[in-house]
Amino acid sequence: MSDYRTLSAAEIADRTRKGEISAVEITGRALALASTVGSELNAFITLCEGKALKQAEAIDAMSPEQKSRLPLAGVPVALKDNISYTDYPMTCGSHILDGYIPPYDATVVTRLIASGAVIIGKTNMDEFAMGSSNENSYFGPVKNPVDPERAPGGSSGGSAAAVAAGIVPLAFGSETGGSVRQPAAFCGVLGLKPTYGALSRYGLTAFASSTDQISPFARTAEDLVLIYQATAGRDERDSTSVAFDHPNYTADLALSRSLTIGLPKEYRGEGLDPEVAAALDHTRKRLEELGHRCVDISLPLTDKAIPTYYVIASAEASANLARFDGVRYGLRESRDRSLEEMYSDTRASGFGPEVKRRIMLGTYALSAGYYDAYYIKAAQVRELMRREFEESFKHIDLILSPTAPTPAFRLGEKVSDPLAMYLSDVYTAPASLAGVPAISLPLARSTSGLPIGIQFIAKHFDERTLFRIAATLLNNK
Amino acid sequence: MVAEYDGFEPVIGLEVHAQLQTNSKIFCGCRVQYGAEPNSLTCPVCLGLPGALPVLNKKAVEYAMRMILAIGGSVRNESVFARKNYFYPDLPKGYQISQFDKPVGEGGAIEFTLDDHRKSVGLIRIHLEEDAGKSLHPESGEPYTQVDLNRCGTPLIEIVSHPDIRSPREAYAYLVKLKQTLQYLDVCTGDMEKGHLRCDANVSVRPIGSETFGTRTELKNLNSFKHVEKALEYEINRQINLIKSGGAVEQTTLLWNEKSQTAEMMRSKEESHDYRYFPEPDLVTLQVDNDWIARVRADLPELAEARATRFVSQYGIREYDAAVLTDTRSLADYFESVMSEFDDGQAAANWIGTELLAAVKDAGVEIGDYHVKPNHIADLLKRVKSGQISGKIAKDVFAEMVVSGDAPASIIKKKGLEQISDNSVLEPIIERLLDANPDNVAKYRSGKTNVFGFFVGQVMKETRGQANPTMVNELLKKKLDG
Ligand SMILES: [Zn+2]
Repeated sequence: MSDYRTLSAAEIADRTRKGEISAVEITGRALALASTVGSELNAFITLCEGKALKQAEAIDAMSPEQKSRLPLAGVPVALKDNISYTDYPMTCGSHILDGYIPPYDATVVTRLIASGAVIIGKTNMDEFAMGSSNENSYFGPVKNPVDPERAPGGSSGGSAAAVAAGIVPLAFGSETGGSVRQPAAFCGVLGLKPTYGALSRYGLTAFASSTDQISPFARTAEDLVLIYQATAGRDERDSTSVAFDHPNYTADLALSRSLTIGLPKEYRGEGLDPEVAAALDHTRKRLEELGHRCVDISLPLTDKAIPTYYVIASAEASANLARFDGVRYGLRESRDRSLEEMYSDTRASGFGPEVKRRIMLGTYALSAGYYDAYYIKAAQVRELMRREFEESFKHIDLILSPTAPTPAFRLGEKVSDPLAMYLSDVYTAPASLAGVPAISLPLARSTSGLPIGIQFIAKHFDERTLFRIAATLLNNK
Repeated sequence: MVAEYDGFEPVIGLEVHAQLQTNSKIFCGCRVQYGAEPNSLTCPVCLGLPGALPVLNKKAVEYAMRMILAIGGSVRNESVFARKNYFYPDLPKGYQISQFDKPVGEGGAIEFTLDDHRKSVGLIRIHLEEDAGKSLHPESGEPYTQVDLNRCGTPLIEIVSHPDIRSPREAYAYLVKLKQTLQYLDVCTGDMEKGHLRCDANVSVRPIGSETFGTRTELKNLNSFKHVEKALEYEINRQINLIKSGGAVEQTTLLWNEKSQTAEMMRSKEESHDYRYFPEPDLVTLQVDNDWIARVRADLPELAEARATRFVSQYGIREYDAAVLTDTRSLADYFESVMSEFDDGQAAANWIGTELLAAVKDAGVEIGDYHVKPNHIADLLKRVKSGQISGKIAKDVFAEMVVSGDAPASIIKKKGLEQISDNSVLEPIIERLLDANPDNVAKYRSGKTNVFGFFVGQVMKETRGQANPTMVNELLKKKLDG
């Protein structure tokens, strides 16, 4: 089984169900890679060896009939370390959760395990998912498997790197403004941000609740469909999760008709790398050759997305992160001093600079006298952006754009310039604010060999068209 | 009333937090129970663990709707939960889920009668929110605080009045009526000792006739209705004295100290919290359609005042008794249970209002839980009315019912307490009595008829009170006059 690193999740599951390979053996390969390749990349914070092997043994002990009901039988999966999984520490890439072990499983974890997946480990991430390079982790940056000098993207850098490096065929990250699509683009894998409400957030540590979305990485369109199929759908524990028509996506991944695809002119603005622009043009040409109609469109509110996103996300984060106060779990500093000192010293030493910056930004945006000018205004712009997308999708099936303005930048390159870092979300934040699904596909490489991600955005709950376009473009290279 | 304050008029508004008596918490499935082992009634949601999410308990919404509709308010078709941000060790998420600009209920009024005047206090809003936990500071002064999070997520409604209240006594009467209404609706137990009902007061004073409001202060830590009244009295006088001596009231929050009977400054306006409310993104807009509102309205029970009015007309009892009997829903229910088997309303009202209530009070229980049941009271009253036992004997039977819980019939039989209404028994007794007291017989016959009472008393004594008094009267008259 020397080819483990190129095996797809579909192949692993299929061969496990047939009894051709053992889940314990596959799990062993994944764990071994995680501790060698994974530690070179700094992709994992915690490996879940004990439980992973137990899960694998349980699968191997099943009858063929039982195995046949497991769509992810024996498939090693990694989880971003902001998703609750019992018995192992959850850090969120932060110092402040020091020693915290979740006493419950996230809904996606329950669904993954019920589908036969094996949880290999918890991946490195920007602290509390705030960042676009994975350099904001308390546990150090993750290296891009394509070029270890470069950032894997963020905030789900560890999950992206683990999938790109062949440690696991599938991983969950989480998106708030591009935290899966952008690292998928940087590492050369697929990243899907599902429709807001499609996957339960129960068990996902909140950053910005109104845009947070657990989101998968994969190396093939079929694998992405597998993990989405197994985990999406209404959850009673998440009031914002939605009951929707959840068809069997795997059954039909072929496009049955010609699509109309819009290219917003605002998505090729200043700062767009020429090689990324060329990749976009090339994709357009391929689509037209395949018989799809590409049209130029305009989404005038696009340049409002970054300021809107940073106001809303930071405002929500300022409240979401208030619970990390040293009282009940995690780090506690100055335990013998006053309550105020305990609070401020715990938070001062527990949070990194980017997290503090966003908490202050968000607190300010919600303060008396500023609330209307910032939070309310941003909420209004967000509503207009949602309508702008809705209006566009009356005329087109998909939006086509770059995922990020550039390929992976060098580690350290933008770390001292938060604003430049924020701008790497410029093409991903709009879909997050509107709650529509979007996918990043590894469709090109730069002359120096760096992956370039191309993004497709669809209307609410039209993941099926995203899966079909992904399969069409990736399987007919 | 106005004169009490030296040309000044108090302006008071009250904010009351009422704990809804649902079985489970507002955003999770944990049980609501007072006095359980600390931190035993918790889960990831009410502990505010990372990743846990709130799911609204529809029962809590329904309880809030009952109160809103019962006091004539309107339920919003769409209301929004909001986060109220502040740090405190017993607030696990660092924010409280409450409601802000779109509360579930608006308007309505609490009406009551005080000193024969009808008063209506308008309500601004009723909103839903979750309770925080409890911080326990050791009395011995050790340098730590313990936190019990069992109460976290207990559903509350906050009832905010307009500043329509003009005296501490009105505030007291408002609270009594509010509590009675909550209890009638089975929405809140109203138990202040357990913190099921909590009250903060806003108070200012202004010269009588003035249209503008004075600067107000907020009073907290008011643990009983009496404390509310006393604290308001204190603060009104403090403000008036301050103004009269040339000072100005400052907008502050004060803590009532029951021991010293004074209000102490808790924080000034500058130190007041900015709660940074914003819409709670973990919950969707609360939709309440008109059908739901109609269903809740249809299920509303008859409230105290309406019930008292009906008692007067239906059972023919005095207004005073009707008010006593409708004080609590369970007492009114008890009375009506008795009346379902008995037909003399005033007799029942007299009994329940005196003998029964005294016994219930002695037992220290809720009347609904009292072991002497309404059917036994009805049975007892019927025996009095039919003359089987006298009123005096009835009291003895009742005392035995309180002790043993037995039915009146078995007590009467066991103790031989039936009324003696048999001429052949009573006549010999009376004849013997007249023979033994010739002097008094002579007195009576010479016109001194006030000795009649002496003879009645003697017969009763002889029969241990069991003689039928009407028959004794008739027989005595016949013998003495004849
Ligand atoms: Zn709970």
